[in-house]
Amino acid sequence: MSELLPPTPGQTIGPFFHPGMLYDGDRDLVPAGSVGSILFHGVVYDGDGVPVPDAMIEIWQADAAGTVSQSTGSLRRDGWTFSGFGRASTGRDGRYTFSTVTPGVTEEGRPPFFAVTVFARGLLDRLFTRAYLPGNDMTGDALWNSVPADRRPTLLAEADGQGFRFDVHLQGDDETVFLRYPGM
Amino acid sequence: MNGIQDTQGVIDAEIAAIAASAAQSGVEETAVRVDYPPYRSSRLRHPTKELHHADPETVELWAPCFGDWDVDPLESDLTIGHASEPIGERTIVTGRVVDGQGRPVRGQLVEIWQANAGGRYTHKRDQHPAAIDPNFTGAGRALTDDDGNYAFTTIKPGPYPWRNHQNAWRPAHIHFSLFGTQFTQRLITQMYFPGDPLIPLDPIYQSLTSQRARDRLVAQYDHSVTSHEWATGYRFDIVLTGSDRTMFETEGDHQ
Repeated sequence: MSELLPPTPGQTIGPFFHPGMLYDGDRDLVPAGSVGSILFHGVVYDGDGVPVPDAMIEIWQADAAGTVSQSTGSLRRDGWTFSGFGRASTGRDGRYTFSTVTPGVTEEGRPPFFAVTVFARGLLDRLFTRAYLPGNDMTGDALWNSVPADRRPTLLAEADGQGFRFDVHLQGDDETVFLRYPGM
Repeated sequence: MNGIQDTQGVIDAEIAAIAASAAQSGVEETAVRVDYPPYRSSRLRHPTKELHHADPETVELWAPCFGDWDVDPLESDLTIGHASEPIGERTIVTGRVVDGQGRPVRGQLVEIWQANAGGRYTHKRDQHPAAIDPNFTGAGRALTDDDGNYAFTTIKPGPYPWRNHQNAWRPAHIHFSLFGTQFTQRLITQMYFPGDPLIPLDPIYQSLTSQRARDRLVAQYDHSVTSHEWATGYRFDIVLTGSDRTMFETEGDHQ
């Protein structure tokens, strides 16, 4: 394989991304309150455990049947098409919310997860992580097995009455496991 | 809080010390340092542990798709859609988006946002006392063409003060957001303008310790991009990280 071109470096999303990044329906992968919809939500915390009010979370996921959508329409939601992508900014309380469906199994033996990207003022480059779901067999999952047992809980969403809660800790004792993919 | 009392001299010294130690290491860093103390806001917001290696699988081998339905071609012109003309230097910003193998990234969403010519964002929390331009919102979208090209018509943004330290000013910049064909290629960055005297003073730009890496964030003035009696022109090419998935497709082509 030939040498890869050096990638353009990342930079912080900054504090004033809202006019450029947010759009109607960005956090609604399915219409809020529709049949089968769940809430995927959480709080982004800094190293002092203080909620981060100017962060942005993106999720990318399979549909309930485990199909990875290749449909367009994430920016102009038609209310029917499941595009698998969502974007939400945190509020003053550091909380983000998505209306979506529980991702299904994409490949036999692989536990489903939300792929999550984190952006924030003060965070110089985007961070990747995964939010696994409780109640799935994790024994065959390579990433899960490679993470020290005491840090695995940071990759696990918690079931609550409406769906799943997944908090992000940028720093601190509960620092989320963030991912580096090959080539980065 | 630390920070706001510090002078530019204090920040410059910290930047220089980090640059010197990076140069001494002999290893060229191609990415930003997420732990970069001169950018004071990063102090409590950067991960302290090594990023954990992951081989992308299932959804990570794909990326969200955006199409003609998502983006109106008029969204690439930030100077229209208001009652009148925006104030400032009208400029065309164009470039090509490729992956790590140099292949065009086609039909992909490019989003930009920026301050107006006076250095003010359309945002309620931006309290910099520069005029809000009622004819400029500062956000645009485009899809790349078959060769990976994008183009925006906009206004050159102004520099603005921020509270990182005493009399801190951000160089003029445009924020860029890109996807790619694989989840792992997601990129948000900032494009700077050549010759801006604020660039060497800016801890966000300087969080890249390699000069070659820094240069990748600076657009080139390109007179062939200008528009007669209308706009100046800049070129800003973007390289996303390599994509495992399209690599397999290319191998398949040779079978």
